[in-house]
Amino acid sequence: MSVAQRPAPQLHAGVSATDVATANIRYPSSAEVVAAARQITVPSPRQVIEANARRAQSGTLDESMVLNMGPQHPSTHGVLRLVVELAGETVVQLAPDVGFLHTGIEKTMEAKNYQKAVVLTDRTDYLGPMINNLVYALAVEQLLDCQIPPRAQVARVLFSELTRINSYLVWLGTHALDLAAMSVFLYAFREREMLLDIFELTSGARMMTSYIRPGGLAYDLPVEFKPTVQHFLSLMPSRIDEYEALLTENPIWKERTVGVGILNAADALALGVTGANLRAAGVPYDVRKAFPYSGYENYDFQVITAQNGDVYDRYLVRIAEMREAVNIAQQALDNLPDGPYATSDRKIWPPPKEEITHSMESLIHHFKLWTEGFKPPVGDAYVTVESGRGELGCYVVSDGSNKPWRCHFRAPSFITLQAVPHMSKGNLIADLVASLASLDPVLGEVDR
Amino acid sequence: MALENAAVLERVQARFGQAVLGTGEFRGTLALQLRPDTLPDVAAFLREDPELQYILLANVCGVDYLGREPRFEVVYHFTSLMHNHRIALKVGADEDDPRVPSIAREFPTATFQEREVYDMFGIIFDGHPDLQRILMPEDWDGFPQRKTEPLVYEEVAFTFNHDEIDAQKPYAKE
Repeated sequence: MSVAQRPAPQLHAGVSATDVATANIRYPSSAEVVAAARQITVPSPRQVIEANARRAQSGTLDESMVLNMGPQHPSTHGVLRLVVELAGETVVQLAPDVGFLHTGIEKTMEAKNYQKAVVLTDRTDYLGPMINNLVYALAVEQLLDCQIPPRAQVARVLFSELTRINSYLVWLGTHALDLAAMSVFLYAFREREMLLDIFELTSGARMMTSYIRPGGLAYDLPVEFKPTVQHFLSLMPSRIDEYEALLTENPIWKERTVGVGILNAADALALGVTGANLRAAGVPYDVRKAFPYSGYENYDFQVITAQNGDVYDRYLVRIAEMREAVNIAQQALDNLPDGPYATSDRKIWPPPKEEITHSMESLIHHFKLWTEGFKPPVGDAYVTVESGRGELGCYVVSDGSNKPWRCHFRAPSFITLQAVPHMSKGNLIADLVASLASLDPVLGEVDR
Repeated sequence: MALENAAVLERVQARFGQAVLGTGEFRGTLALQLRPDTLPDVAAFLREDPELQYILLANVCGVDYLGREPRFEVVYHFTSLMHNHRIALKVGADEDDPRVPSIAREFPTATFQEREVYDMFGIIFDGHPDLQRILMPEDWDGFPQRKTEPLVYEEVAFTFNHDEIDAQKPYAKE
């Protein structure tokens, strides 16, 4: 089927149970997912190596050999080692080997109190730091049952969308770079510089901002915030048009991406793949619509799906989502209310500094928060947000003390990597590069 | 068509009365404490039942509740996309022989996640295709995220203590 004959990506205004009844939205049935699950295996490196050795011994080896792709490799998007069994240029089997970037973030968070642990959350998915902050903050706030004021809610949505654009720009640049379209990389990073300037303006740091904290925002938004962000948002749609002009109808791009790396809906759900990868397979699952957080139910935006689940569709879905992110950010910026930027509960957020001089309670709250920190009740909370990679979840367990007993990140990249063997079996190694880039893994959150 | 926690609980208990050891609802999420050997059946039921349809296994993670019996716990979060509903299953594992049946063959998404729980906590998943370490090097000894393991193995060297630390290194004896 030529690209002109393929159905265009669909836009869904909202996903509710009634939409499921219409012809447009159809979730795979559990029977399909079960059937797909029974066909799929995710091999470990040991299995690939041993299977190849067994075939070599028994003489049925057909020129295939096991090679390492990575961990140092320009196209594996970080320190990812793929143990690939290749027969010429065709991938026979492959197994991802991860753990090269494991720094024990989850265990370190158990040693720090809830407020201090937020700086570690930036470093998991380092391309979407504010979204990681947000998921952790939401999980802790759910434990605390803490109310966030409207200004902070809207600012959180705005920063989530700006971070999403940031993440997608890096995805676009590196994906194009892997397929040798180097100009797109430079253009994407030019826009990213503007975003990093905005982050530096608000929080002081370009990337590892720790700006969204349990209880609200770290600091209030600066005076120049609105015009700076407005300038960026006005500029962005034409820039996205530029990227599309370079790639969408480009015959080389289409040759490399159409029909490559197909992952259909049932396989994706069996493998736990979420986010744009799942939406490109036709399943309109977006955490912002399914489990709204931070007031997302009040914004008007679409969930974009495509039908074929190949690399080209994932590209189209993410480009359209970049435009939607600009749209949501614009709505947030227009509706940014005045007011406090953090909760007024003094047990969670410190009082304003001036009050300490004349109020004993404020002084005590300040003292307790700085020396000990807040203590959520015993319990656990699992909260999810839509990150640039899929459903990012944070599972926090509290034992009533000031330090999290366990904090686990459901990292979408870690789970999506399980789809690589299934997608690339029997295909060319050049297609493997394209598929891996289109899944958009970030090794920081794979390994934590 | 929205699912309620009470309805889900009733449906699961009607089918698996013996398996559910305890229930909890904290901040709106239903959590079921299960008998370990019943986990594959309950997970399959949650996925295949026409009323429930929890087709996405979102998260598998381990927790070390040191001082509690059973010491370890593996938590599974299932999502029903059709109903926008989430449920948590919790399975306990003993300290001496922590074993939990694996669901990786039926839910391939659990393959890597069960390997991570094994790597970090030492819980063996019976029936997993290949339970190899995933984050730590293959020849690592120990299970890092257990509460009995230390956070750091070496003291951090600064200029004021660098010479003391250097003197205790193996190469300093020469």
